[in-house]
Amino acid sequence: MNWTLALPEIVLACVGLAVLIFGVLRKQDSTLLSTMFTLGGFLLAGLLVLTRTPGFGFHGQFVADPFSAFNQILIISGAALSTILALDWNRAQGIDRFEFPVLMLFSTVGMMIMAGAANLMTLYLGLELQSLALYVLASFARDDLRSSEAGLKYFVLSGLASGLLLYGISLVYGFSGTMDLGGLHDLLLKPDSATAGLVVGIVFVLVGLAFKVSAVPFHMWTPDVYEGAPTPVTVFFATAPKVAAMSLLLRVMGTSFASLVGAWQILVVIVSIASMLLGALAAIGQTNIKRLMAYSSIGHMGYALIGLAVGNAAGVRGTLVYMVIYVFMTAGTFGCIMAMRRKGRSVEQISDLAGLASNDPVLAMAMAVFMFSLAGIPLMSGFFAKLYIFLSAVQGGLWVLSVIGVLTSVVGAFYYIRIVKVMYFDAAAERFDPRPASLSFVVAATGLFTGFFFLFPAPVVAAAQAAAGVLFQ
Amino acid sequence: MTAATNAAGFPILSLITWLPLVGALVMMGVRGDEQTVASNARWTALWTSLLVFVLSLVLWVRFDPSEAGFQFNEQLTWLPEYKVGYSMGVDGISVLFVLLSTVLTPICILASWDSIQTRVREFMISFLVLETMMVGMFAATDFVVFYMFFEGVLIPMYLIIGVWGGPRRVYAAVKFFLYTLTGSVLMLLALIAMWLQAGTTDIPTLIHTTFPVGMQSILFLALFASFAVKVPMWPVHTWLPDAHVEAPTAGSVILAGVLLKMGAYGFLRFSVPMLPDASAEFAPFMFTLSVVAVIYTSLVALAQEDMKKLIAYSSVAHMGVVTIGIFTFNVQGISGALFQMLSHGVVSAALFLVVGVVYDRIHSRDIARYGGLADRMPAYALVFMLFMMATIGLPGTSGFVGEFLVIIGSLQVNFWLALLGGMGMILGAAYMLYLYRRVIFGRITRDDLRNILDLSPREWAVFAPLIVLTLWMGIYPSSFTSYFDATVGAMVQNHTAALAAPVKLAAPVKLAGPVR
Repeated sequence: MNWTLALPEIVLACVGLAVLIFGVLRKQDSTLLSTMFTLGGFLLAGLLVLTRTPGFGFHGQFVADPFSAFNQILIISGAALSTILALDWNRAQGIDRFEFPVLMLFSTVGMMIMAGAANLMTLYLGLELQSLALYVLASFARDDLRSSEAGLKYFVLSGLASGLLLYGISLVYGFSGTMDLGGLHDLLLKPDSATAGLVVGIVFVLVGLAFKVSAVPFHMWTPDVYEGAPTPVTVFFATAPKVAAMSLLLRVMGTSFASLVGAWQILVVIVSIASMLLGALAAIGQTNIKRLMAYSSIGHMGYALIGLAVGNAAGVRGTLVYMVIYVFMTAGTFGCIMAMRRKGRSVEQISDLAGLASNDPVLAMAMAVFMFSLAGIPLMSGFFAKLYIFLSAVQGGLWVLSVIGVLTSVVGAFYYIRIVKVMYFDAAAERFDPRPASLSFVVAATGLFTGFFFLFPAPVVAAAQAAAGVLFQ
Repeated sequence: MTAATNAAGFPILSLITWLPLVGALVMMGVRGDEQTVASNARWTALWTSLLVFVLSLVLWVRFDPSEAGFQFNEQLTWLPEYKVGYSMGVDGISVLFVLLSTVLTPICILASWDSIQTRVREFMISFLVLETMMVGMFAATDFVVFYMFFEGVLIPMYLIIGVWGGPRRVYAAVKFFLYTLTGSVLMLLALIAMWLQAGTTDIPTLIHTTFPVGMQSILFLALFASFAVKVPMWPVHTWLPDAHVEAPTAGSVILAGVLLKMGAYGFLRFSVPMLPDASAEFAPFMFTLSVVAVIYTSLVALAQEDMKKLIAYSSVAHMGVVTIGIFTFNVQGISGALFQMLSHGVVSAALFLVVGVVYDRIHSRDIARYGGLADRMPAYALVFMLFMMATIGLPGTSGFVGEFLVIIGSLQVNFWLALLGGMGMILGAAYMLYLYRRVIFGRITRDDLRNILDLSPREWAVFAPLIVLTLWMGIYPSSFTSYFDATVGAMVQNHTAALAAPVKLAAPVKLAGPVR
């Protein structure tokens, strides 16, 4: 039993326990220190992920390969960015308790297990660990009605999705006799092995995971939870769990059910088109910027799913590149949204951004970079995300999906440039409060990544290529 | 790795492309009170753009007109696994557009010296970023690089119209953005399809790749969606009058001078050489749209009350002549189209500046608001007349050469095409003379016009280069045509050869002749 394979997860879990004990024993303000320990834990785990040797561990239940490493690094990055953003925000909102980083840590451990799962049971364990921490995080501002509502809503709907997923897993197990992802793959290579019951099971698994990436028609929870949850938690929701769920989706579909691609491709195509359409159209009418970002993320998941719909390694590569770029530009956008505070209270209306370009030109420029990037305008990283996705889609002959995809991106561009319009063209509103340094750091780092990705796309693409090579063999 | 085949001995095209961006970055670092920042921004922008212009003169001098292929080539690996490189180079078609961009940018900066008073630094940054995008687009010899610059133009132009524009600027800016983006994304799909078919996005290789005939038609339509909006061709031209009317003077100048050329340049660079069969097949369609544009928009121009709108509609008509020329597929037609593009780039830019002069003084573009300016502004009347005559196509001005060549070229295709396309010249004379009469002649009836001032030295500095260019192009056109003669000749030859080829090959075919 090669337990060193799971060393990053084990280390991260131990850091979580240590921070918990530290927070309980230390009576006075412990937020800053526990956040620092958490970030140190993330850094350590990231290094361990990069240095570990690939292979299977825990009797084939857990896998370390380029694909899991790629996603785990991305999950850690998303979690670290959210943790940094949370530090000053939570303090300003009066919810700066040490449990926050601890919950982030445990949730991240769950996601890393998801990315490294080689067995349906491991997959489910990771998913539940992640979700349980997320329920609490969503309602972390427990005196705030909307936050409590967000937590409860997410709990109920996510519980339902987990149930569906578990039911799907049981069907798959019942009709195939194995829960091992590789074993399922080998089994399904045999002719006539895809029984009706198994296919129904696959559909349930797909539905459960589509809920987690908030793809249409399983997106209902997203806008409410995004709006209600404390903003650092929304950042977290929008980045790391999406990566984890997407990696699960890719892993399950790309290894176990790769040979049945003809059976599930149409489902993914439909989900993808529906997500892109809803993400583009429903966001137009939004006035709350967090809700707008919720619809935006639904649309972006639609684009990322195009890669899965293609159903080959090139498509997976496109999805992975998309997720990297998506995580950074989303984290940066939320960083800008968190800077929207007046007189110590956070404001969330799009109209509150009015005239930001004259009040705070640097923040406005960063936000404009993120908006143009989300819209997929060239030189910004978002363009490359779309380029790789559509490249694989055209290569795979998915013309309808491609044409709908580019047209919805134009509709989407409308509401992104509307935000630029509000910031640059409208008369200046009241100034925002000074930004904390942690926030400026995240916005600057993600902004530089988004704005200058075009200079160095090769390493990210090469890493995604290596990761994607594991699937659809 | 940088290829050594660079005539200038250093990566001059990259320098011209990225130097404005460096200037823009420098400007971001300027600190101080608003007045200092504004003044520093103006001077930084002016000096940067002048330096870029001087550098681009090296292209003008060192360019070898006898060579049909790309020169000053630069090559850097960028996305190796996709065979996409950052590659730059200019041939006879693009070199003059690079120059046009670098000439017009300092003129625009000078023209907005006093008229832009709010957020001067941001304005100048937008303009320099815009210059980077324009030059990069014309100098790119890789389709992906081209596409990035082509769409990248949207961001600074959106801000220029939206922030410093007129009362309906938001509507105009959003319309401009969405129209062009819709076309562009379809081109993106065509780009990807061509990329997968040819295995590369290198433009010289793509030119010599034969695409299956059935695929060509679809690709042509996708590219058409993008370029026709940019040109703009009737009926997708409606964003242009709005954008022109609302944009600040410098924005209109660059829009008319360079941005409209991007569409026609796209047709010449991609549609015609890469998709010869589809181009031939769609030529009647293009002619129809162009002729409708020429006649319809000329008539619309005749009815305009707003000076900028009138010139905007005349631009659509003139670009109609350009698209006619491109799709004649003969040397005269294509040379004429190119010359008309350059001439229109100078003349329509100048006309928007002419409107800007009185707009800065009176703050109205209403034709009825003016009259009798000849009394108070004789020099202005003279400059206006020169550019008006050039728009009409008076012999001796730049406008004549292009239209004349296009008519010769189209006569070889179809008599009626030449006749209807030539109608534009007659209608053009009608609406321009009508405009001139109402603005310049007559008697001064309004009090504020009685003490209006004639051209200032700064405005003379703005107009002088344009006047010289207009006359130079009109009197001695061969100093410009000689630059693209070889390239156009090779292009027409390739086109004829491609149509005559009895068997279509799927694999890339290397034709004789210097490509790289």
